[in-house]
Amino acid sequence: MMRAGWARLPRGEGPWPWLAAGSVALSLLMFSGLVLLLAVRGLGHFWPAPLSLVALEDGRLLAGQAVREERRADGAGRERLYLTANRDLDGAIWTWVDLEEIAAESRPRDLVVLERTRWGSFQGRLLALEEERGRVEGEAAWQALEARLDELQALRRERLRDQVVVPLVRRLERETSEALVAELGAANARIRELQARMGGTRLLLESVDGRQLEQPLEQVLRAWRPNAMSTPQKLAAWGQGVWRFLSEGPRAANTAGGVWPAIFGTVLMVLLMSVVVTPFGVLAGIYLNEVAHQGRFTRLVRIAVRNLAGVPSIVYGVFGLGVFVYGIGGTLDEWFFADRLPSPTFGTGGLLWASLTLALLTLPVVIVATEEGLARVPDHQREGALALGATRVEMLTRVVLPMTTPAMLTGVILAIARAAGEVAPLMLVGVAKLAPQVPVDGEFPFLHLEQKFMHLGYHIYDVAFHGGDVEAALPLVYATALLLVLVILVLNLTAIFLRHHLRARHGVLPRR
Amino acid sequence: MSVFPSPRPAAGGPIIDFEPAASCLEVEGLSLAYGETLALRDLSLRVPRQRVTAFIGPSGCGKSTLLRALNRLHDLNDEVRLSGRILLEGQDIHAPEVEVAELRRRVGMVFQAPNPFPMSIYDNVAFGLRLQGGIRKRQMDDIVEWALQSAALWDEVKERLGSSAWTLSGGQQQRLVIARTLAVRPEVLLLDEPASALDPISTLKIEELIRNLKSQLTLVLVTHNMQQAARVSDYTAFLQEGELVEYGPTDSLFTNPRLVRTENYITGRMG
Repeated sequence: MMRAGWARLPRGEGPWPWLAAGSVALSLLMFSGLVLLLAVRGLGHFWPAPLSLVALEDGRLLAGQAVREERRADGAGRERLYLTANRDLDGAIWTWVDLEEIAAESRPRDLVVLERTRWGSFQGRLLALEEERGRVEGEAAWQALEARLDELQALRRERLRDQVVVPLVRRLERETSEALVAELGAANARIRELQARMGGTRLLLESVDGRQLEQPLEQVLRAWRPNAMSTPQKLAAWGQGVWRFLSEGPRAANTAGGVWPAIFGTVLMVLLMSVVVTPFGVLAGIYLNEVAHQGRFTRLVRIAVRNLAGVPSIVYGVFGLGVFVYGIGGTLDEWFFADRLPSPTFGTGGLLWASLTLALLTLPVVIVATEEGLARVPDHQREGALALGATRVEMLTRVVLPMTTPAMLTGVILAIARAAGEVAPLMLVGVAKLAPQVPVDGEFPFLHLEQKFMHLGYHIYDVAFHGGDVEAALPLVYATALLLVLVILVLNLTAIFLRHHLRARHGVLPRR
Repeated sequence: MSVFPSPRPAAGGPIIDFEPAASCLEVEGLSLAYGETLALRDLSLRVPRQRVTAFIGPSGCGKSTLLRALNRLHDLNDEVRLSGRILLEGQDIHAPEVEVAELRRRVGMVFQAPNPFPMSIYDNVAFGLRLQGGIRKRQMDDIVEWALQSAALWDEVKERLGSSAWTLSGGQQQRLVIARTLAVRPEVLLLDEPASALDPISTLKIEELIRNLKSQLTLVLVTHNMQQAARVSDYTAFLQEGELVEYGPTDSLFTNPRLVRTENYITGRMG
């Protein structure tokens, strides 16, 4: 507290500071609103929502998760949207219910939700579990189901098809050997054996309105009883759901499952892009600022570089397609992969070409940042080094570049931020709707630059516009968008940390 | 005292009052232009070995330009054109066999604003030695200590050789820069208004340092402070509009200038 009689000095600035501060506050508000919206809508998707048993006035029964309410189109009263699942029984998974038609609503603890590999989810009751050993009913059936699912989960972890069979087939495409064929045969036999072991078990299910259904256990991924779960259990289920979203590949034409290949593809592509663009951009910046004669031509080049930063990204995509994919890639195929033609190896979109295209797209950012960093090194530092008998190269490497490193990293940060969010050019040069195999594996050359890859940005676009069911896709879109923001944030924080570390080592330049 | 001891003819050359017995640097007919602007006009003088020579003159007279020509710092500027010769110990510094980096090691320079590198104090002094390479750690330690002592800075920094040079005060930084230059054992030390950014006490320390250093090497000082030139230099050259006007022993130039232009400048009636 200030003592009485003391006053702040009048600053006499009028409304301008308020106007400026207001615009900052507005941007902050918009940004936090965006993140909050993504977080709530996206992360809420993984929460095991309560399942209501709704009895209608006309005697019908349905089991569904309430999604939202809306005013009816004719303006009389409101209606509620339920996720009722059971596509195999009803042909649809959504049901609109007029609020006035609801006679009673309850949450019975025995309602189950099954996540299945076919037909989406099931919501209803579990009557019995049948296997060769016998048949269990009621509560015992639920306990047996949980036990079987755990076993099944353990078996799935082996992931024979993804981790053994597919790489084997890929190697067989390149070379033929007795040993590989034998290995493949053994793996297929093991898969058949496991299928047989699980194939015998069937679930007898009943929807709340009494229709019965037989469900092979092997198609069931998970099962839970949302109304019987305590909050800690729900929290654990939520955590597992988020983890599966992060660590698994997509299912059902990207409308379910996780986004791991897309995360991996995004990060890998951005890293490759940085590896290409950093040396290239830094050298170009050094040439423009330190080596080139500062004449009209250099000024022209500089203006051109700055203008390149404003070219729409799809134009870079077209360039990448024409020059990298068809031009360079096509030529590489003719020289080195002629035996595989007409099916292209490098002559089609892939990780390498996407990274190069984005490197080109972000090159101006790195050049401009490097140049500005170099321009900020005072001339007397350069002269000081020269006056001690340093050559120009020594002056650059020992005095000027260490002082410029933070600025260069700023350029790389900006480049990463721009590249990670680009989608349009990628569609032309190598992104895929579905590429569950990540382009890195244990097989020579380990990093498969010619492969197509998945990308979070494109995944959002694909899920939102190419899935049949917008209502179902929306939570995934939110979750993926949140993830994309987080990935960019992590990449940027890494670079910022690096920059801070280097600044501490080389001393900070006074701002001018 | 005669006001016009030897009136200078309108188109005559400069008054040069002395011819050093042993000259270290010789400038012969040097003209230098920045683009279309002539900064030095047909300038000739000799710099005596192991003495302090001061260049004085009004702003823009070309004294700094001349100084920077002596270790070829103008090479960096594409705009600069130059004619005439500069000899260091009898050798033309622009001769093709002269390596410019080696020349600058022999002709060290200290600038107006202290410019230590963003490194530790030790690394600053060792910078030039490391460029040459082939110096062992022990030897390096010795040279660093010797250089800092020669620059009268050792006692102030010996406890913190590892801390950043940018933590020193302005005067200390300037002495560090001098130590850094001395460490590579130059034959000539060029000082471009070395004390103009410093407080009076730091200035006195630098001036004392300059006087002490002349037993080891040849010093050339550019200053716009005439008292400073009078205090530390043995010989003084007065430049105006890119021309050498008068050059002679400091005592006689300041007490008994031969030209009215010189006297007017020294007594503060112009410039």
